[in-house]
Amino acid sequence: MSLSGSVTAHVVLGLLASGARHGYEIKREHDERLPQAKPLAFGQVYATLARLARDGLVESAGEVKGGGPTATAYELTDDGRVALERWLGDVEPPAPQSTSMLLAKVVVALLVADGDRAQKFLVAQRHAHTARLRELTAAKLDPDASLGDVIAADFAIAHLDADLRWLQASLDRVTERKVVS
Amino acid sequence: MTALLSARGVVKSYGRIQALRGVTLAIEAGEIVAVTGPSGCGKSTLLHCLSAILRPDAGETSYRGERLDERSEAERSKLRRSEFGVLFQFGQLVAELTAAENVALPLLLAGTKRSEARTAALAWLERLGVAELADSTPGEMSGGEQQRTALARALVTEPRVLFADEPTGALDTLAGEQVLGHIVRLAREQETTVVLVTHDARVAGYADREIALRDGTLDPTGLGIAV
Repeated sequence: MSLSGSVTAHVVLGLLASGARHGYEIKREHDERLPQAKPLAFGQVYATLARLARDGLVESAGEVKGGGPTATAYELTDDGRVALERWLGDVEPPAPQSTSMLLAKVVVALLVADGDRAQKFLVAQRHAHTARLRELTAAKLDPDASLGDVIAADFAIAHLDADLRWLQASLDRVTERKVVS
Repeated sequence: MTALLSARGVVKSYGRIQALRGVTLAIEAGEIVAVTGPSGCGKSTLLHCLSAILRPDAGETSYRGERLDERSEAERSKLRRSEFGVLFQFGQLVAELTAAENVALPLLLAGTKRSEARTAALAWLERLGVAELADSTPGEMSGGEQQRTALARALVTEPRVLFADEPTGALDTLAGEQVLGHIVRLAREQETTVVLVTHDARVAGYADREIALRDGTLDPTGLGIAV
């Protein structure tokens, strides 16, 4: 199946990587770990879980009974782990719209793996961003570039530059944390 | 193939501060290379060692396969005048001289006749789009115009290597772009190698590749590192 572009589905897979959870726990952890993201609606959590279950990426881990009504807990299947691994390994196309995906991927990498995984992703993503920034700069220098081309390139470069600052700061933080711990 | 410029295990300290801790790299002829990293990482010191302004405390620097660090001050000075051009962030033009006189200065120091030096200076000011300012002094120019004049002066001797240390650091975005655009265009036309020191990813975007420094060494997570 293809989950391309679905941040929420992959974040749910990431939250389930450390053990079974029911919908409410997934919503709570999502909102805590991605405070910049829009809070998940319960309906969205259950719809996502249903879709992931239909696609064989999660399965029921039985009923759990907390203070409230009984709820179904879900856990990752082997296919779900493969899908999560693949997503974490993919470099995002450098584009302004990829920012929230970048954040989600770093947070999930830190959640399901160690600093090494996050560091590898950050370094690879920085390479991709820098290469794209170089392409856009070359496009601006093209004597045939129109004003519209240059302004569009400026827009993309400004966003890439902001992403690069964040990628570098995150890389520094992850590296520093690894050295300390 | 011998690199045009290279460093091997270069160490440089200022008192107890170790600015470079064993840097090894190679730069090929015609490349535009950005040396990047945060403030204090040693990138300007590296540029000064590669351009023979500073002599390393340890390690080797070479230009066209010959050791730079073993040459006398007089030899290094001659090399800087004939083979290397240097562009700093600001404050490099002589305030009392006109743009044309500033640009002609390196040629006059090399013994070129005054009339020939002025002709060459005017041609370079023309190429950089500031010909109309030939008889203006730096105080009468904008920051971008001053920097284009300084670039003309760095290139008037047709150096093989241009060293540029944060050349747009004091300029606004568009003036900085003009200077960088000229550097790239002229470097391609003249087949000049460029070593561009910057902390700005957007400036590094003008380079063919990047050498990242951190704490005086090559950044192991950096980009395009040549060792």
